[in-house]
Amino acid sequence: MAEMTIRDALNAALREELIRDENVFIMGEEVAEYDGAYKVTRGLWKEFGDKRVVDSPITELGFAALGVGAAMAGLRPVIEFMTFNFSILAADQIINHAAKMLYMSGGQFNVPIVFRGPNGSAFQVSSQHSQALEAFYANFPGLKVVMPSTAADAKGLLKSSIRDNNPVVFLEQETMYGMKSEVPEDEDFLIPLGVADVKREGSDCTIVARSFTVPQALKAAEIIKSEYDVSVEVVDPRTIKPLDIDTITASVKKTNRLVIAEESHSFASVGAEISHQVMENAFDYLDAPIKRISTVEAPMPYARNLEVAALPSVEKIVAAVKEVCYL
Amino acid sequence: MPTKTATRQQKTAEKDAKSTANGSPKTASKNSAKLKEIVTDEVNKKEAKAEFQTRKKSQTSALKNTDPELLREMLYQMVLGRIFEQKCAEVYRIGKIGGFCHLYIGQEAVGVGSMMALKEGDYTITSYRDHVQAMVAGISPEEVLAELYGKAGGNVGGKGGSMHMFSKEKGFFGGHGIVGGQIGVATGMAYAQKYKGTDNVTLCFFGEAAVNQGIFHESLNMAQLWKIPCIYICENNQYGMGTSQKRAMSISNIASKAEAYGMANEFVDGMDVMAVREATLRAIERARKDGSPTLLEIRCYRYMGHSMSDPGKYRTTEEIKKYQERDPIVLFKESLKAAKVFGDKDFEEIETKAKEAVEKAVKFAEESPFPDESELMTDVLAE
Ligand SMILES: Cc1ncc(C[n+]2csc(CCOP(=O)(O)OP(=O)(O)O)c2C)c(N)n1
Ligand SMILES: [Mg+2]
Repeated sequence: MAEMTIRDALNAALREELIRDENVFIMGEEVAEYDGAYKVTRGLWKEFGDKRVVDSPITELGFAALGVGAAMAGLRPVIEFMTFNFSILAADQIINHAAKMLYMSGGQFNVPIVFRGPNGSAFQVSSQHSQALEAFYANFPGLKVVMPSTAADAKGLLKSSIRDNNPVVFLEQETMYGMKSEVPEDEDFLIPLGVADVKREGSDCTIVARSFTVPQALKAAEIIKSEYDVSVEVVDPRTIKPLDIDTITASVKKTNRLVIAEESHSFASVGAEISHQVMENAFDYLDAPIKRISTVEAPMPYARNLEVAALPSVEKIVAAVKEVCYL
Repeated sequence: MPTKTATRQQKTAEKDAKSTANGSPKTASKNSAKLKEIVTDEVNKKEAKAEFQTRKKSQTSALKNTDPELLREMLYQMVLGRIFEQKCAEVYRIGKIGGFCHLYIGQEAVGVGSMMALKEGDYTITSYRDHVQAMVAGISPEEVLAELYGKAGGNVGGKGGSMHMFSKEKGFFGGHGIVGGQIGVATGMAYAQKYKGTDNVTLCFFGEAAVNQGIFHESLNMAQLWKIPCIYICENNQYGMGTSQKRAMSISNIASKAEAYGMANEFVDGMDVMAVREATLRAIERARKDGSPTLLEIRCYRYMGHSMSDPGKYRTTEEIKKYQERDPIVLFKESLKAAKVFGDKDFEEIETKAKEAVEKAVKFAEESPFPDESELMTDVLAE
């Protein structure tokens, strides 16, 4: 085990996969000579050179498309979006092309590609640069959607995503790149896609959190424990699609209460989907209505105080837990 | 890395583009070909100095036909833009401004020279590098700085920040954060101007890296096809973040891309505010007459990093110094002096006035309250 940041864990995963498979290459804006806008690809261009780590023009639709074609023809591209906001320019390729290819070719052409980069807010970068897009991509069959929250998950899930034979949308979080935790050093350390992780065990209430909201949920659980002696379980699905509903349901059956915390807007969100599936699978076990904490239904404002008010927070999650536990 | 062969191929391609341009008006000024070489090449400081003198000569003569009051205002806006941005850098470093902050230092002649050729009812739109354009449009320095502070007194009440200044009243359609997005929006703004039967035009600013987005090409085609009075101003500061134009674009001559659409185009030295003004006036004349669009490639240079968080390790201080030798404000002042339009006393007055305006803006931004939390849910949808 080694303690490392999420940034370095992602970097290690990329490096190991570049070594392991010569068909893997990285392409995106500033990924090579600049070491990545957020330094996730630091050192990789120096080590692997122009062929494996490629700086692209600012042309998201173009290089996403190039990735799709290269994947159909046998390569394993890792396409970095400087932030996922810019993936919207490439959505045609991700949704109309990558997601449909296997199905519409009658199973002939699979698209082993990873689209990765930071998703969600990032300290006052305002409306066009703060969007959490997991629900958007998860809505389309043919894509896998992954959202790690710890360094170990980041590494194990990214390696699995690169080895996966399908298009994977891999969503990181800029404000979490510097967070440290333990990571196994084994080069074959993989975390399978579609398996949730119980980040904290508890018996009285479940919080389902992902990415940005996982550290918040863990903090909220501690506060609830020390102030009310109520035991909170935190479940991190890690993969949004396919979703490990069994682990979530098992937790709810044990605690009988559920709070869902997410960074995206609430309307038609992943939280809404989880809430529905829990209702289908564990309706009789619920002792309180499910509560969701999401970003407000407005574009992200710039002003610090408004941004804080817009986003989920430890305080908001604590309040939600108190509400479902009738505290 | 561009090889020698690539350069040769590129030259032929550019020649081909010229000869096949079907009847597009040839508007490039005579010396622009020579200028292109001078600016493109890795010139040393000496050459930069020589170029400064040439520019000074042509600028000095251009000044003679221009209203001195307009010239005073142009210089004031350039000086204000410079001092304002220097202040932004200063207060950013002590945490008064959050998020991204892209400064315009070095590029002042582009925004000022072109926008000050507009008339009532014309529109402007630009990218995230928008503070100076916003002020030239008439938004006060107080409002721009308070916006950067995320305060209620800000240009958009603290909702937008550095990248998103707007003023419907002043015809300023915003600062936009998605590289290239505003090029398409500008095309629609100009479409509406023509649709309504006005002779107004739209100025659209974008960086050279935005030219690699599909929207640039889609927009130019529509604009020329339908004679949409949009003036596309590519502010070629030669870098998109840490990537030089050379590493991201197959040819170096951006103006010539207009030829593919049969569109009028011109290459302009962005250190020369009068050259920018004159090229813009020519484009405006075409646009007002029958809606003809123009692409202007205005070569300039940003002295600071891409944004406040960019250490700028991808270029040498030598290179930066080379462009500072041809500083647009110094050049303009020297020409004004040589043409005997203004003297040192005028320059001092202008500088003092700009400094006072910036100090006033700081005071206003500091004292303005943060927006009320009730603002969070307003403006999501129109009534
Ligand atoms: C669609 C999109 N991709 C990437 C970015 C990130 N980004 C912001 S500015 C920039 C460089 C743009 O360079 P250029 O167009 O030359 O304008 P300049 O900043 O030089 O004024 C990049 C890559 C973005 N904002 N939008
Ligand atoms: Mg640029």
